[in-house]
Amino acid sequence: MAIFSDSTRGGFRLGMLIYDTRYRSLTIQVGFLFLAMAGAAWLVDNTVENLRALGKDFNYGFLGTRAGYDINQRFVAYSSDSTHGQALLVGLLNTLFLAAIACALATVVGVLAGIGRLSRNWIVARLMTVYIETFRNIPVLLWIIVMMAIMTEAMPAPSAFRGEDATASMILWDSVAITNRGVYIPEPLFTRGLGDLDIGVFLVSLDLVAVLIVGAAGIYAHLIITRHAEAVQNATGTRPATWWKSLAVLLLPLLALLWALGFHPGWPELKGFNFQGGIYMRNSLIAMWLALSVYTGAFIAEIVRAGILAVSRGQTEAARALGLRPGPTTRLVILPQALRVIIPPLISQYLNITKNTSLALAVGYMDLRSTLGGITLNQTGRELEAMMLMMLIYLVLSLIISAAMNLYNRSVRLKER
Amino acid sequence: MEESRFVRTEMLAPQAPPLGEIGWIRWLRDNLFSSWLNGALTLLAGAAVVWLAAGIGPWFANAVWNAGSLAECREILAGAEGACFAVIHDRWLQLLFGFYPDTLYWRPTLAFLLLFVALAPALFPAVPRRLLWFTAVYPGLAYLLLWGGTIWGPLVALAGVPVGVAAFLALRPALPLLAPAAGLVAPVLWWLLAAGPVAGLLAAALPWGLAPVGSAKFGGFMLSIIIGITGIAVSLPLGILLALGRKSDLFLVKTICVGFIEFIRGVPLITLLFTASLLLNYFLPPGTDFDIILRVVIMVTLFAAAYMAEVIRGGLAAIPRGQYEAADSLGLDYWKAMRLIVLPQALKVAIPGIVNTFIGLFKDTTLVVFIGLLDPIGLSTAIRANTDWNGIYWELFLFIGAMFFVFCFLMSRYSMHLERRLKTDHR
Repeated sequence: MAIFSDSTRGGFRLGMLIYDTRYRSLTIQVGFLFLAMAGAAWLVDNTVENLRALGKDFNYGFLGTRAGYDINQRFVAYSSDSTHGQALLVGLLNTLFLAAIACALATVVGVLAGIGRLSRNWIVARLMTVYIETFRNIPVLLWIIVMMAIMTEAMPAPSAFRGEDATASMILWDSVAITNRGVYIPEPLFTRGLGDLDIGVFLVSLDLVAVLIVGAAGIYAHLIITRHAEAVQNATGTRPATWWKSLAVLLLPLLALLWALGFHPGWPELKGFNFQGGIYMRNSLIAMWLALSVYTGAFIAEIVRAGILAVSRGQTEAARALGLRPGPTTRLVILPQALRVIIPPLISQYLNITKNTSLALAVGYMDLRSTLGGITLNQTGRELEAMMLMMLIYLVLSLIISAAMNLYNRSVRLKER
Repeated sequence: MEESRFVRTEMLAPQAPPLGEIGWIRWLRDNLFSSWLNGALTLLAGAAVVWLAAGIGPWFANAVWNAGSLAECREILAGAEGACFAVIHDRWLQLLFGFYPDTLYWRPTLAFLLLFVALAPALFPAVPRRLLWFTAVYPGLAYLLLWGGTIWGPLVALAGVPVGVAAFLALRPALPLLAPAAGLVAPVLWWLLAAGPVAGLLAAALPWGLAPVGSAKFGGFMLSIIIGITGIAVSLPLGILLALGRKSDLFLVKTICVGFIEFIRGVPLITLLFTASLLLNYFLPPGTDFDIILRVVIMVTLFAAAYMAEVIRGGLAAIPRGQYEAADSLGLDYWKAMRLIVLPQALKVAIPGIVNTFIGLFKDTTLVVFIGLLDPIGLSTAIRANTDWNGIYWELFLFIGAMFFVFCFLMSRYSMHLERRLKTDHR
């Protein structure tokens, strides 16, 4: 009886909303919600009033009107006659492309630097420490501008490649030209190509699709072969050699397809005042790519180092005691444990790269911020709509990346019972 | 029979270790050439270092420190490769202060020096606690020194704190649970309703103050430091509140905090800065127009607070449940449990992350160049726009980079020192 005396005595009083712990949390939450709603209402009311004062409305109709500006790097068909919506798509693809190549290179740089800093080699360890500390402590914007300055100021002009006494030369067996206008690399060409497929919004190269399908099929066949080898090993104790089978299913169909399509590289060549042929990568793209990669690479290096250090020495020693050779020790014992520590912070570095692509504004790379949040915004004067849409797109991108990575994270998580 | 056994009766004199096992040869073998791969790496890295030194060495050695323009530099160098640090010599006051009036340089300098006095009691335990009073009034003093104007604005703003305390103390005997809320609401009311007229009246009666300087004149490292320090000081408490909100049992509080944190972390800072410069006029009552630096500080602070909240949440997650339960069983209420038991431990765990967020925030202050503020990077463009220094790149970048490096490196060293100082376990 005494236990319930608090709740039964006297019935409900107003003061209990604050003094009774059963109701207090409700009171606080209602108060909090009320404040938040009032704040939101205040903002919306102000916005409506300000829009009315300026004689503007709130609609996204501008996305369907003619853009009237050009974009110098595009993965889908686009001209100045296209709509603002298509400009948005081009910008978004440029953002995604930059983020993808920067994530890839940053991972390579970061893993190498992280392992290098742990190396027993004195000079390599010192060099990597200097690299990591320098890049981590200087703003990425400065690195972007420095890279851009290196590309435009320190690289030779196309004319320097001409003539007998050329002061500059192409690198990698005359296949890549680095000039102050950009970098030219060989492009894949197909003499018996399959053409493009128009799927409404943009064109899809069927050659690329065919290569991807055959490549994926090869990887699938390789997986089947490995699984079979595993089954044989479990049954008999000896593992059949698989490397030549895997190599065959991975490479032969791909080579056959490339031969059938008439694949040949298109080399960049100096014609007139500039290089022709090949794939042209603009300075802005190269500068953003390198700057984001080496800057984020320094952070990834520290993450990798921490991950490797997190696996205790006893694990390596136990694996060696079980008779595993150094290769399998790393692959089966160290990496799975280190990856569990490395992956979550690595995700946030990939997110940082994706968000930092918006700094492309500094070098004039036409990413989402420069199309939708730049020229489109200035031309249409729809700040509110353009900024909100842009924030929404970045938000969705971030959420997708973190969701995908969290799925992976869950699969490698320590399974405790 | 002759004794054929031989028993040695004296010790052999110890021999010197083989030459390959001592001194620099041993060191080289251990650290540089322990295997073929390491040897190759050493040679490769050594070649890279030599190549870099050969490329940059002459550039530094021939550096020109006194010249009026890039053309003059080139004349002095006479075709040789060399840096033209004369631009730093010529413009370093501008890189530090932006376009702040040069007769008033003593004001930001004094504010900067006083900053260390204000920070000292918070950073180092050896400094007397009583100096914390100076830390409390420092924001008002710094504002007065930097922007100038009458002394009554900062004073009246600071008076909000005693107003809040007075409201809290007055209500505490009668309504103990409402008193904290009143303590929060009273200063807000004071700032919104009373502060403006009171400051106006006082300024009319006693026009004491300093010559005002507009925000448009601010620039260079002064601007970075103002935005950085303010952001750092405000984002930590805000981040703690957000982290507590995210861990809260109250569903609505938690939802709103999660939504805020994930939104801020999901968008690039640059979009928030553009919101501050383009959209804030839409969100505020018509006719409101407030300072661009203040807007930027608010956005940078909110941005850093969301990251801070995640770092602190990690720290909170690292505290064993038993600590929370022990605090509850001692009869501490929520705020006391957090303040006395949980947060001191959680913050200690989170120090590296917190300082990393600070460093990130300080580096992110360079982004204000996109909304037209003249931070060091913006100034480097402005200096290059001058015909005297047209075409100068590396010297400016080197100077700006070195300055940022020094600030950020010192911060990370301090965090390591703090970790060591607060370490209580005996490992």
